[in-house]
Amino acid sequence: MSEPLQPVIVGAGPAGIRAAERLVRAGLRPIVLDEGQRAGGQIYRRPLIEDGRSYRSRYGSEAGKAQRLHETFEALLPEIDYQPETLVWNISAPKRGNQLDILSSGVHRQIGFSQLILCTGATDRVLPFPGWTTPGVYTLGASQTVLKAQGCTIGDRVVFMGSGPLLYLVAWQYMKAGARVEAVLDTAPVTSKRHLLSLAVHAPRIVALGLFYGLQLQLAGVRIRCGVRPEAVLGKGQVEGLRFRRRTLKGDVVETIACDALAYGFALRPETQLADLAGCRFRFNERDRVWLPERDTMGRTSRPDVYVAGDGSGIAGADAAEISGELAAAALLQDMGQRSADTTRLMEARDAILRQRDILERAFPFPDDWIETVPDETMLCRCEEITIAEGRRAIANGSVTEINRLKALSRVGMGRCQGRMCSAAAAELLSAACGTSAGAVGRLRAQAPVKPIPLGFGASAGTETRS
Amino acid sequence: MSRRVSVDVAIIGGGLVGSSAALAMRKAGLSVTLLDKGHCGAQASGVNFGGVRRQGRPPEQLPLSQRSHRIWPQLKAIIGIDAEYVRSGHLKLARTEKDFAKLEAYAETTRDYGLGLELVAGAALTERYPWLSAKAVGASLCPEDGHANPRLVAPAFARAAERAGVTVLEQTPVREVTATGNGFVILAGDGIEIRCRQLVNSAGAWSDRFAAQFGEVVPLTRIYPSMVVTEPLPLCLPVSMGEQGGSFYGRQVARGNYVMGGGRGLPLGDPDYSRPSVTAASSVMQRAIALFPHLAHAQVIRFWSGTEAEMPDGNPVIGPSETTSGLFHAFGFCGAGFQTAPAVGEVLAELVTEGRSTTPIDAFSIGRFRKVAVETAALL
Repeated sequence: MSEPLQPVIVGAGPAGIRAAERLVRAGLRPIVLDEGQRAGGQIYRRPLIEDGRSYRSRYGSEAGKAQRLHETFEALLPEIDYQPETLVWNISAPKRGNQLDILSSGVHRQIGFSQLILCTGATDRVLPFPGWTTPGVYTLGASQTVLKAQGCTIGDRVVFMGSGPLLYLVAWQYMKAGARVEAVLDTAPVTSKRHLLSLAVHAPRIVALGLFYGLQLQLAGVRIRCGVRPEAVLGKGQVEGLRFRRRTLKGDVVETIACDALAYGFALRPETQLADLAGCRFRFNERDRVWLPERDTMGRTSRPDVYVAGDGSGIAGADAAEISGELAAAALLQDMGQRSADTTRLMEARDAILRQRDILERAFPFPDDWIETVPDETMLCRCEEITIAEGRRAIANGSVTEINRLKALSRVGMGRCQGRMCSAAAAELLSAACGTSAGAVGRLRAQAPVKPIPLGFGASAGTETRS
Repeated sequence: MSRRVSVDVAIIGGGLVGSSAALAMRKAGLSVTLLDKGHCGAQASGVNFGGVRRQGRPPEQLPLSQRSHRIWPQLKAIIGIDAEYVRSGHLKLARTEKDFAKLEAYAETTRDYGLGLELVAGAALTERYPWLSAKAVGASLCPEDGHANPRLVAPAFARAAERAGVTVLEQTPVREVTATGNGFVILAGDGIEIRCRQLVNSAGAWSDRFAAQFGEVVPLTRIYPSMVVTEPLPLCLPVSMGEQGGSFYGRQVARGNYVMGGGRGLPLGDPDYSRPSVTAASSVMQRAIALFPHLAHAQVIRFWSGTEAEMPDGNPVIGPSETTSGLFHAFGFCGAGFQTAPAVGEVLAELVTEGRSTTPIDAFSIGRFRKVAVETAALL
């Protein structure tokens, strides 16, 4: 007889850790599966090898939260079944049993779950422009990751470009780490920053921090430009500079900046493939231009035994992720018949953050004119090496109006990343061609494996219901 | 949207059969409407392995298959693209002496059909295919078989048909179809009424419900392929592969990915959709490594599945209805219709215009299932 199934939490970032904590407090022993070598997730990523840096120097203003989260997790270890460096690459179809296919140190296993809390986080949202695949171009998130986890920078003379609060934060962290920040290029127009005034009323700390980073960068002589659109990365085999255009009162101005690395990104996109494989229903979110698993205010999805929390259920940042992790666990416990007293307080705190997010989105708007300005020869899908022109041709020749059809006819989204990197741009391209909203072109259906798995994995296949 | 259309022929189902039939009929001067509930070529025609293979087919399919063999190299002229069609050769492996004897017997049985099969055994096999592990005792090569990109072929046929003047109505499910005595009335999509003299049922895995409406009940079942694709790798596999009695097939596409399949996927809650099964996929992956040791460190980047129709005797249904004048069926290709479909399109055009096919199709009559049904009833 196999032992009874346990709840499984996928992801050990802020949401996953708080969900685990709540389940443990209720007497459960969840299994926590995480791709990372160490728990903490992205924003509170821990170094692979302790390098002597303090929490303060690694996490800045968020040091206290990082430390509390890490300590919570350490304390939970005896009470949970924690499996790091473990990729969940498939979920059995609904009605085929509650089973996950996982890959851990090259070994494939299947494990069952009683309930599932998906805390799968997010990755950078990127858009193509000429030269974006040149070595030396990184995402904003990646540039921060190497700094936090390995204590190194992506270059000596770095340009930061994109939109969102992370832009200024990472640039500032690089400056503090001793890199030369050549410029901060904000794609949002300077006028959009007026929304920060109303944010100052609700969240003075966020605005004060933003001003502090911006001011310190300016005092250090870093060029800060708003209303930027990139024209091209300069350099063939390695980044040598960036040419960009910016809107001024006197018209467009073209500038060139020399640099040896570029970090860019446009906020984040949630990792939702596992929710899709689990059979959860999805809905398009207009503000974030992204498909999200349908969920109630506590994180219940359309599938009764599957819950979602954190940025993987909708981008809201680390503070909201901690709360939503707790809420998803509380929902799971409620559904098992356990009452929880503090969910109203948690939801209020979470909703306050979501209101701030609304304002931040207006201050750092998505560049919705972007795709129309991208030249034809630019790479749209780097895995399959499909250019914007090929994408446009496939759309026109095949009378394409739906994104899975575009994938079938052009290979966009068929490669290693399975559309995780290119589908935002592909949806923009298709919706612009069809003259519809980004939501009207549908979403790429997820397929296993969520990330590449070794062909040789089958040789080591084993099954267990519980580790 | 209310709309009335009157045409010579309406075709239900825009897979490779329906879309190639539409083009062939239009070229014969008929007015044609092609209907698909989704997108043309998005089901079995688009999700199959992509093998353009004659080897291994039962002899009764070979005349049709040979006719198609002459069409494939002309795709560029017919539909505007070659759809990555290559005559790579199809190599069918035998794991055991017994399996090799079956390959020899097949070569003997099909000697008169002109497949040009070459049997290779023992040391000659590894000499000729050094990348292959020694785990096969022999093989049969059909040098002019090959493969193509299934995602491109049927949509290109549908677009070519459209350019030639066929009305292609995608995302237009047929809601009702009735025989009027001298033709048919179809209600489809959002208030579209189509009147036609003749009707083709090429609705793939959905064909049985249309056949049943005309009193022709067929034992159609659904099958779901289970496919595995690697990352692009250096070009090494020059042939499309299969195995005698086994459930492994594989090819390397021009971009370098190995596309491999075997076993069956599983339907989802909505049986129009399916997923590969992990059991089937992992057995394909293990067999791939056993056959091609150079793939030991390759990564699998995606799986896929889809919906195909199967008949109990492994043959499709092609030909006129036995109950209703002006109705023609072409479905149930058992996961092997990709190669023959372009010829089936031509055959359907012949049936519609002249009432007979120049290629023998008697073995595919829908009547063979009526006989079974009657005999079963008699036994009971």
